[in-house]
Amino acid sequence: MSQTLFDKVWDAHVVRAQSADAPAVLYVDLHLVHEVTSPQAFAELDRRGISLRCPENTVATIDHSIPTWPADLMGQRRYATEAAWNQVNRFEENCARHGVTLHGWESDKRGIVHVIGPELGLTRPGMTIVCGDSHTATHGAFGALAFGIGSTEVAHVMATQCLLQSRPKSMRVNVDGPLPAGVTAKDLVLQIIAQLGTGGATGHVIEFTGSAIDALDMEGRMTVCNMAIEAGARAGMIAPDQTTIEWLRGRPCCPQGDEFDAQAERWLALATDPGARYDREFRLDAGQMAPTITWGTSPDMAVAIDQPVPMPRDDNARRALEYMQITPGRPLIGHPVDVVFVGSCTNSRLGDLRAAAEQLRGKRIASGVRMLVVPGSESIRRQAEAEGLDRVFLAAGAEWRESGCSMCIAMNGDQVGPGQTAISTSNRNFEGRQGRGSRSLLASPATAAASAVAGCVADPRTSARDPHAPGWHAGVPSPRSLEARA
Amino acid sequence: MKPLHQLDSTTLVLPDSNIDTDQIIPARFLTTIEREGLGRHAFADWRFDDTGKPRPDCILNGPGASSAGILIAGDNFGCGSSREHAVWALADFGFRAVVSSRLADIFRANALKNGLPAIEVDADTHAWLLEHPGARVRVDIETCRLHAEGGPETAFELEPFARTCMLDGVDALGFLLAKDAEIEAWEQHRPPRETA
Repeated sequence: MSQTLFDKVWDAHVVRAQSADAPAVLYVDLHLVHEVTSPQAFAELDRRGISLRCPENTVATIDHSIPTWPADLMGQRRYATEAAWNQVNRFEENCARHGVTLHGWESDKRGIVHVIGPELGLTRPGMTIVCGDSHTATHGAFGALAFGIGSTEVAHVMATQCLLQSRPKSMRVNVDGPLPAGVTAKDLVLQIIAQLGTGGATGHVIEFTGSAIDALDMEGRMTVCNMAIEAGARAGMIAPDQTTIEWLRGRPCCPQGDEFDAQAERWLALATDPGARYDREFRLDAGQMAPTITWGTSPDMAVAIDQPVPMPRDDNARRALEYMQITPGRPLIGHPVDVVFVGSCTNSRLGDLRAAAEQLRGKRIASGVRMLVVPGSESIRRQAEAEGLDRVFLAAGAEWRESGCSMCIAMNGDQVGPGQTAISTSNRNFEGRQGRGSRSLLASPATAAASAVAGCVADPRTSARDPHAPGWHAGVPSPRSLEARA
Repeated sequence: MKPLHQLDSTTLVLPDSNIDTDQIIPARFLTTIEREGLGRHAFADWRFDDTGKPRPDCILNGPGASSAGILIAGDNFGCGSSREHAVWALADFGFRAVVSSRLADIFRANALKNGLPAIEVDADTHAWLLEHPGARVRVDIETCRLHAEGGPETAFELEPFARTCMLDGVDALGFLLAKDAEIEAWEQHRPPRETA
């Protein structure tokens, strides 16, 4: 029988089939763990006096509550609160006691959990991957079935390497046509979420297909799958292809040589069979898409940057506009911003940083605007610094930090002030998400950076390389001259 | 988990759609390593002003809030982050059931695992419940029926395993641990292995 990508991965992990009175027992290949959602799970194991079933399939890092400032000369880290410091300490103890590999402060592999999984080749096609974090969907870009779980389920996986799961429904979101120049994966996924609605894919695993998806690089595919949860989906997936395989080749945790090629053959066979059925199907045309930005307090409240913010149709939209202090009926271009954040598991990879730097090269961010650039991992930070991107950001007046979730979840001290408006490359624009009373506009790295220069929402298609655009300062030293001095 | 057969309580209504887990408990409270005592942070930014004073206009600070055991919420409640702290906060605040027309997947899974019935009802029942804050409602886990006093009575779906866990106080982790031999047998015979 014809099967979807999801069917194949699900079926290959069913230890015990779903019955009338119990969900399936589903095996987990990789359990990613971080400091915020695991302490209660470790405590549950301790309470029962049991240990991890497969510590070798469990990988930990610190990302959510850690400071992104470099350590001071004494090696001290500037934690936001004692509670955050305590949480990280407890996590280090828990990982050590249970034999879990932790990419902590001392590791050059540290980074946002959903960035380092793929980067290290821990994330591979056909796997089941879970983490106590809703953006686990990111790993679906590789054709893995990856989803977020709560802390109780984190304990289940730690203790048994399995989860009790009812089979979700399947949904195909097909996007055909080439993305126009200047339109990115972030814009694409914001358009998809706007179409589906924030709960539109609840109970479903989405498979993204079509020529626009095929044409994306792996970073773009991760951005798309990352935000599947913002449409309510259990997971997002993309079938492995040659792009996937070449991206994974040579990654430290991947098989090497002939073994890799043999594995790659099996990965390609995971693609959905012709004629396979989905429970629901959606079609979108990429050809008409533009850079996209959110105007409200839910990720589905998004609009093409040059189109007017829609007039509110219900109380939710009215309340969102009121909270955001946004006037409907006209485009957001020109709407003032106080803070610009480039980072998060959605958009903190090297390509994202390059796209932001492209907008900033030789320019200054507008007076009064604060811009924070936070790479997704220490590896990405080192690559960006080797390319001189850090100098572009610093010369433009932005802050350049170490890796972490930072201002996306705003629990580490990096936050947007009350009443301030931020344009962010992250994934959630909920009320207060980036700090109490903060207002968030979600957009791509290019749009965020262009807006930093302009001091207000700007269209990246028209602002790059335009010496007459607002924010241009001829006297700023070029990155090259800074490099020579460094 | 304590066995739960039915509960009978008044409702508190939060009619907004898409109430996300950042509203239920803001991220700055997630540095805790405990699961207890989070009720004081439930809807913190709705209940308290910048100085920490309770907002008198917030229904969660109203006279009926402390006795209301059933939260009636707008569509797509619990969307966003997977933080189980949201469920712990609601339960510690005093809610013993959550009813909506649609619940986010991870939130619902978390709620059921904590013995907090998270129930989806049909649009008509949902509309009636939204329009009648403070109504007396009975949620029966045994029969999977919800009955509003002076209002509709309706069936709801509850995953059979979650229902059994609630009725008998079954420990889901205990259930999984008891499958150890099956898990081990599967591990021995699975197709070419993907290890981390």
